Amino acid sequence: MAVLLLAEVTDGALAMDATAKAVTAVQPLGDVTVLCAGEAAAEAGRAAATIRGVGRVLVAEDALYGHRLAEPTAALIVSLAGDYSHICAPATTDAKNILPRVAALLDVMVITDVSGIADADTFERPIYAGNALQTVKSRDAVKVLSIRTSSFDAAPEDGDAPVETIATAEAPGLSEWVADRVAASDRPELTSAGIVVSGGRGIGSEEDFAIVERLADKLGAAIGASRAAVDSGFAPNDWQVGQTGKVVAPDLYIAVGISGAIQHLAGMKDSKIIVAINKDGEAPIFQVADYGLVADLFEAVPELTDKL
Amino acid sequence: MKVIVPVKRVIDYNVKVRVKADGSGVDLANVKMSMNPFDEIAVEEAVRLKEKGAADEVIAVSIGVKQSQETLRTALAMGADRAILVIAAEDVHDDIEPLAVAKILRAIVDEEGAGLVLCGKQAIDNDMNATGQMLAALLGWSQATFASKLEIEDGTATVRREVDGGMQSIRVSMPAVVSTDLRLNEPRYASLPNIMKAKKKPLVEKTPADYGVDTTPRLEIVATSEPAERKAGIMVGSVDELLDKLKNDAGVI
Ligand SMILES: Cc1cc2nc3c(=O)[nH]c(=O)nc-3n(C[C@H](O)[C@H](O)[C@H](O)COP(=O)(O)OP(=O)(O)OC[C@H]3O[C@@H](n4cnc5c(N)ncnc54)[C@H](O)[C@@H]3O)c2cc1C
Ligand SMILES: Nc1ncnc2c1ncn2[C@@H]1O[C@H](COP(=O)(O)O)[C@@H](O)[C@H]1O
Repeated sequence: MAVLLLAEVTDGALAMDATAKAVTAVQPLGDVTVLCAGEAAAEAGRAAATIRGVGRVLVAEDALYGHRLAEPTAALIVSLAGDYSHICAPATTDAKNILPRVAALLDVMVITDVSGIADADTFERPIYAGNALQTVKSRDAVKVLSIRTSSFDAAPEDGDAPVETIATAEAPGLSEWVADRVAASDRPELTSAGIVVSGGRGIGSEEDFAIVERLADKLGAAIGASRAAVDSGFAPNDWQVGQTGKVVAPDLYIAVGISGAIQHLAGMKDSKIIVAINKDGEAPIFQVADYGLVADLFEAVPELTDKL
Repeated sequence: MKVIVPVKRVIDYNVKVRVKADGSGVDLANVKMSMNPFDEIAVEEAVRLKEKGAADEVIAVSIGVKQSQETLRTALAMGADRAILVIAAEDVHDDIEPLAVAKILRAIVDEEGAGLVLCGKQAIDNDMNATGQMLAALLGWSQATFASKLEIEDGTATVRREVDGGMQSIRVSMPAVVSTDLRLNEPRYASLPNIMKAKKKPLVEKTPADYGVDTTPRLEIVATSEPAERKAGIMVGSVDELLDKLKNDAGVI
């Protein structure tokens, strides 16, 4: 059996952590070929070749793939699909956009957010915001899967797979890129950070989010947020953790002024250690916290930052 | 332009589901059901397009059990013009897979000659995040997923998308499938007069066979289980105690 894994490539760079975790997940399924597509993807291809367990890397370079638009990228994958039993990708927003399109073009179901692989046909995935785990057995000839990366460890980088350049597929010409608005930050990336500090509605304003940022910087942590904090304009959308945001599983997750709605827990309850700081002792977040502190965040968080 | 809005009847987002003791699924008997929150946002956006004159007719479609007509009545009360109910299951526990839903929607889009499909990004029951993308593929249309802003002008849609790195703006040719993210708009509440009016709006009932679609699942559900519970932690009395625990017990800082 053979696996085609779409690597996460952004502006020519490989997202190593997400791709290496997906490699760990899919390696038991067969020989892994990684596809790096982008306007420039050769460097990403070289990086992917170092992931242990990768058998071969394909590089498709064309302006078409520069912004990960779904229509051309899906067409490229479908043009390669004949050789593979499984088509996979880490469950990033790019893959969530592209893989269902690939699956429909192949007339198969897509299996999204896979958190466990039992055998070549049988997969586990969370449903209902992670309140249940479903095991499904696919009857389709080709399996199209996105991998929930927080459920797997990254494969080490000591491989040396061959890299091939491949031809591009036809351009469907249905969409064009206009702009990316990406916040530049020196902080660790949210889904791969060892420590995450998240703020909720309790923070109260965009200015006061600096309290969370100072604690995060002291800990070398990434910053997350609840949906309420994002909707209120305290934090950017790419910080949202939860059922419909990012899923994280760091060693330490500190929730500040977050009540703990099931949709938020869906994105963080697999963290190793959870700390909750909330002034309401009844807040549901305390039911999942290893260490709970009932306190006013405006006092407790600066004190914690100072004492670190 | 006709706009199709697929709306799914799902467990209300405030309800915590319970896995059935025999592992055969989750218990949906006597549980509050509502319109999928992302679909409310899609209905709202479609109705706003109509109010701006960018759309002529808004057609809500639901595929599932007969009770999904309640969900469609909600869409009609919010301002959709008419509704199509495709009865594809008798038991609320039988979920229709995104591929089959997309095939039914394709047939409806073709029959209606629709120019835009506005769907939710994800149904909060199966958390698939797939139907819109699958439908776009089957129709050969462009897709703009996870939209937090939509502008339609001269046969193209400019969409701001919420992505992992921040925001991406793309321009897609029409017809298109657009899936909604949470921050696209704030859905309206249906007023009492509109709820009354919605009762008189047309709602037709169909079956998958009317569209020649086989809804046999491709994924067999082998088991449904409860996720591992976290064991209860402890409450600390002060920042100093917290620091001590994190350093000396948990060893994470
Ligand atoms: C379809 C759908 C999808 C969703 N997806 C997500 C998602 O992905 N992620 C997500 O997070 N949410 C999501 N939500 C929203 C979710 O239901 C909650 O509304 C949200 O998580 C609440 O955010 P919060 O905890 O910051 O706010 P609140 O629930 O308002 O809690 C604020 C907390 O701050 C505490 N507080 C206030 N002041 C202080 C102070 N001075 N000191 C200490 N504590 C203080 C309060 O006691 C309270 O517990 C979704 C909802 C829906 C319907
Ligand atoms: N059975 C259904 N009936 C109507 N619309 C649906 C159905 N299933 C999915 N959809 C639409 O597709 C979106 C994404 O669903 P999913 O791919 O299942 O996560 C939903 O938000 C709805 O807009």
